[in-house]
Amino acid sequence: MTDFTPLLSFLGGTMIGLATVALMAVHGRIAGINGIASRFLTTQFNGDWAWRAAFLGGMVLSPLAMLALTGRLPEITVPSSPLLLAVGGFLTGIGTTYGSGCTSGHGVCGLSRLSARSLVATLTFMTTAFATVFFTRHVFGG
Amino acid sequence: MKLLAAFAFGLLFGCGILISGMGNPAKVLNFFDLAGTWDPSLAFVMGGALLVTAIGYRLVFRMGRPLLAEAFSLPTRTDLDLKLIGGSAVFGIGWGLSGFCPGGLIPVLGLGFEPLLTAAAITAGILTARWTISLSGRIHTAKA
Repeated sequence: MTDFTPLLSFLGGTMIGLATVALMAVHGRIAGINGIASRFLTTQFNGDWAWRAAFLGGMVLSPLAMLALTGRLPEITVPSSPLLLAVGGFLTGIGTTYGSGCTSGHGVCGLSRLSARSLVATLTFMTTAFATVFFTRHVFGG
Repeated sequence: MKLLAAFAFGLLFGCGILISGMGNPAKVLNFFDLAGTWDPSLAFVMGGALLVTAIGYRLVFRMGRPLLAEAFSLPTRTDLDLKLIGGSAVFGIGWGLSGFCPGGLIPVLGLGFEPLLTAAAITAGILTARWTISLSGRIHTAKA
């Protein structure tokens, strides 16, 4: 069980939204995390690589900001086995590359721009994610 | 200035992920578990992010151009192809198996072994997909 946290989740969501809007206002860029991370994985270290590195650096260091704000590091629980993480991660990398985006790129930026591609992508990955958890928890496992 | 701003926005994005619970795979997987221990919190994350972005983007696009760049870089494709749908379907399966999406993963990279393992696997997936896409591109070019 995890606690239902509507207020904190909504607050966190608005912060994600603010950062997304700010990156567009200042850099003119879509805050699609998979796209930013994927284009960070290159051998051409130009100005575009530099802002991506800075953005990703801020993300990686965000637990320290939380430590400063709340006095403790965030805690996470990982229910999946290392094998499932490896398989799931590999499929995530394949899928977001072929599908040109992830939850942030399609689900937040794309839907906000009323992109039909992003709507189709978001409905598709949400559906298969719900189906996958149903199968792993209620058909094969649990 | 540009880099400092990008760092600050990454920090804000990451804190949003951490506060919202999106970086916690247990919470993400419970959101997808309608038939079991359902935790609807993540609908509020999407709701908050979409509300701010949908309104904010409208205001920003009225500026004409970004503050520190020549122009807005926006996707231009509008076609619905098999790559988009198949790729998204595969991503959803991966997300449902691990509980980590890329945006949820990066802020928790420093918090343990499991996020690092998942990041390595995602990187392997990205590189594999790039390779197969360039391979099929070469085959198409050869045919043409």
